[in-house]
Amino acid sequence: MINSQWETVIGLEIHVQLSTKSKIFSDASTVFGGEPNEQANEIDLGLPGTLPTVNAEIFPKAIAFGLCIGAEIATTSHFDRKNYFYPDLPKGYQITQMDEPIVKNGCLDIELNNGETRTVRINRAHLEEDAGKSLHDAFPDMTGVDLNRAGIPLLEIVSEPDMRTAEEAVKYAKSIHQLVTYLSISDGNMAEGSFRCDANVSVRKEGERELGTRTEIKNINSFKFLKYAINHEVKRQISLIQSGEKVTQETRLYDSTKNETRSMRSKETATDYRYFPEPDLLPISLDQNHIDQIKKTLPELPLEKMKRYAKEHGLEERDAKFLSNDLELAKFYESCYELNPDSKQIVNWLKGEMFNRLSNVEITIKDSPVSPNQLCDLIRRTSDGTVSITTAKKIFGKLWEGQSFSVDKVIKEEDLAQLSDGSQLDDLIDEAFQNNPKQIEQIKKGKTKILGYFVGLIMKQTAGKANPKQLNDLIVKKINSLK
Amino acid sequence: MLDETLTEQIKGIRDKKYSSAELTETLLDRIKEKSELNCFISTNDNILEEAKAADRELKRGGNKTLLGIPIAHKDIFCAYGTKTTAGSRMLENFVAPYDATVVSNLKRAGAISLGKTNMDEFAMGSSNETSFFGPVRNPWDETRVPGGSSGGSAAAVAARLCSAATGTDTGGSIRQPASFCGITGLKPTYGRVSRWGMIAYASSLDQAGPMALTAEDCAIMLKEMSGHDKKDSTSAQVAVDDYRAFLSRPLGKIKIGIFEPLMKELDFATSLVMEKTIEELEKIGMTFTGIDLPNFSYAIPAYYVIAPAECSANLSRYDGVRFGYRCDGPSDLKELYQRSRTEGLGREVKNRIMAGTFALTSGYYDAFYRKAQQVRRLIKNDFVEAFKKVDVIIAPATPSTAFRLGEKADDPKEMYLQDVYTTSSNLAGLPALSMPAGFVNNLPVGAQLIGNYFDEAQILSIAHQFQSITDWHLTSPDKRT
Repeated sequence: MINSQWETVIGLEIHVQLSTKSKIFSDASTVFGGEPNEQANEIDLGLPGTLPTVNAEIFPKAIAFGLCIGAEIATTSHFDRKNYFYPDLPKGYQITQMDEPIVKNGCLDIELNNGETRTVRINRAHLEEDAGKSLHDAFPDMTGVDLNRAGIPLLEIVSEPDMRTAEEAVKYAKSIHQLVTYLSISDGNMAEGSFRCDANVSVRKEGERELGTRTEIKNINSFKFLKYAINHEVKRQISLIQSGEKVTQETRLYDSTKNETRSMRSKETATDYRYFPEPDLLPISLDQNHIDQIKKTLPELPLEKMKRYAKEHGLEERDAKFLSNDLELAKFYESCYELNPDSKQIVNWLKGEMFNRLSNVEITIKDSPVSPNQLCDLIRRTSDGTVSITTAKKIFGKLWEGQSFSVDKVIKEEDLAQLSDGSQLDDLIDEAFQNNPKQIEQIKKGKTKILGYFVGLIMKQTAGKANPKQLNDLIVKKINSLK
Repeated sequence: MLDETLTEQIKGIRDKKYSSAELTETLLDRIKEKSELNCFISTNDNILEEAKAADRELKRGGNKTLLGIPIAHKDIFCAYGTKTTAGSRMLENFVAPYDATVVSNLKRAGAISLGKTNMDEFAMGSSNETSFFGPVRNPWDETRVPGGSSGGSAAAVAARLCSAATGTDTGGSIRQPASFCGITGLKPTYGRVSRWGMIAYASSLDQAGPMALTAEDCAIMLKEMSGHDKKDSTSAQVAVDDYRAFLSRPLGKIKIGIFEPLMKELDFATSLVMEKTIEELEKIGMTFTGIDLPNFSYAIPAYYVIAPAECSANLSRYDGVRFGYRCDGPSDLKELYQRSRTEGLGREVKNRIMAGTFALTSGYYDAFYRKAQQVRRLIKNDFVEAFKKVDVIIAPATPSTAFRLGEKADDPKEMYLQDVYTTSSNLAGLPALSMPAGFVNNLPVGAQLIGNYFDEAQILSIAHQFQSITDWHLTSPDKRT
């Protein structure tokens, strides 16, 4: 359906929950998962006479983001009221920023599949409060309202329509996600709603300059759904146009169970939000020195980190990128590196055993049951020959499952250390040779390949603990002496 | 003790002339006796206990400024565990789970609350006739209005139901009823008194202030009410003066500005009162000079765009969802909204919500809201210029004396013109007070003093010294001849 004569145009509005202890305009907690309305105080409920006061924690976070996308930081800005009625909007207006956002005119480069980079312009990022949640299935014939989310601080990041495919949109969204988690301004937890996307999608014939009529798909909370939703919407719009109909400008909702979008409200019936400056809050005035100070304390970003790992830790670019892509992974790696600078070994473990196990149970490295300390102990015991790689993987499994906490203790208790005692191995070899005269005869006839038979035999006898290299060497030596 | 001012009651209790409990009982009787005035929406059932507790504290040597003094709060201030209605059916049964800062500040100073006074619904009105709980009657003539929106507080003080009360002033709601009822009322500088817990009408204009018999009483009240409050970002971080201590200081050479066009609009009797007031002020050393306020006449139109615009948003929370009035058996969400608001809000409130909604609608925003804000800036600049030449500005408080109940109820334009002399100081954020200055046809007339930013001390001092050579402020409706 999506054939080459159509071009898709996508812009994203991303709502990022800023990680603060309390809400943007009240001191109620922002912790996720409370009982409904447990974390909504009189300000969040919009009770008469209550007033908002700004949580100052939000400003450095928005500024840090703005600086990282090369944007202008407005030294003066203000909050506005956006008026509409909805049960989960307690005051009947949302406090947001309309005509003077704190961050303006930035951009972000994303890498396309063909290796080219595309610059996505970011029109603005503004601060606002989240609304509550309507619970439509909680009560028969009634809608419940949970205002725990009401007043959660959000940074809404609005891109220009600079993306051309769903894949690009996902790349852009992932880059923003990476940036905000790197800056630690958000936990980026999509399942808990800390990172949500609205996609503005339109199609036009290849070569046309006018943009087509766009629809907005609301509240997409996973990268996978973002891709599905856009692709579905593009198909829908193209087939509408092809059958002679028109795309209506409207807000649509993506239904992940049916993989389709459906209309929420059309532009004709859309509310006029009647924005005006919020009189309960003073204008925001930021000192340039303060902004410069934040600039100095910005953390190392993924690209810088990647270059440093390659240059200073001697890692291949591919591995350096693997580590730096995810801040938590990078942190884990650096904790390991401090204990043991064998960067190559560490990255192999992280890419292999750790990555597999994490993806099997769908958790992030932050929640890994194996600590950097334990991993480094394990690496040390493989490097000094105490255990083989195969045994080490077994030990990793035991640590992962919480059967033990100490690498050395596992090795000792389960007698996993390799047999590297030469005389003991000699005795075993002698015994094996005596018990297998036939094979010895063959060796004498020159069939040296049979030595593998003895290696296997002794490995079996020692339950795999014999140091394979040493064993091999000893057997070769013995055979040579037979000749 | 009934005719005593706040200052005298403080002394009376201190000097053990009477106890707080005795004073309270006397006032409760008086409130009952004067119930036809309809000053109170609710009274405090606990007040005698509180008065007795204050007496015990006094015995232990307690020396809080207002210890044991019964006052009244306009029913726009939330008080923990009590009904706060804002004069509306919408909040008929709303019980606030917190104290307004004004309430807690006065409590901290030892004051006890007689109850909550009647008011125009959500402070929208100039006659107290928009209250869901019925109009308040003017103690000077019960066929007349007390003014509004703080009409209950003004009438209560004038009728000696309490010596002081709190009020709020968005476009004249303290000064106009103070003038109509012959008492002293002060609207402080915007930001002087915290708005936390005060039910919002127009956030950028609303300001709480004291209403009492004398400037001295207002000075005492203001000091306790004022101060920065971290719960209200718009409350100012400006030190609070000891207003009472300033009252009798020598004023020096004070220059008072007169904007002549305002005086010329007045009827003959009222202009005589103003002239007489100016003469008295000259006696205490004031000099007068003409000033120009070129944009003054735009204050009313600007006010009646900005205030409704802000109110249209401020009152959106009254939707029947979480608290307040909810209509019976709505069939869907839209009906819940429409009927709860239609049934729960009064006509004047709905008029203003609609006017404000219109002024903010895209396409009209520039012509109305933006333009009104520009006018507001010009008005403010005019005052800033004027205060380079003069220390204080004098103006009438109201265009007339108290009018009859029902006289203007169906004519919003006439009603809105009640605020013609008062709204400009709200738009500019300046402090202004109304003080009793005489009588026309046995009805009180007030004169208005507008001060510079945060210089409440100066207008209070001038009013105090004026009151030391006049006795308009002490004339009681009971003692008229």
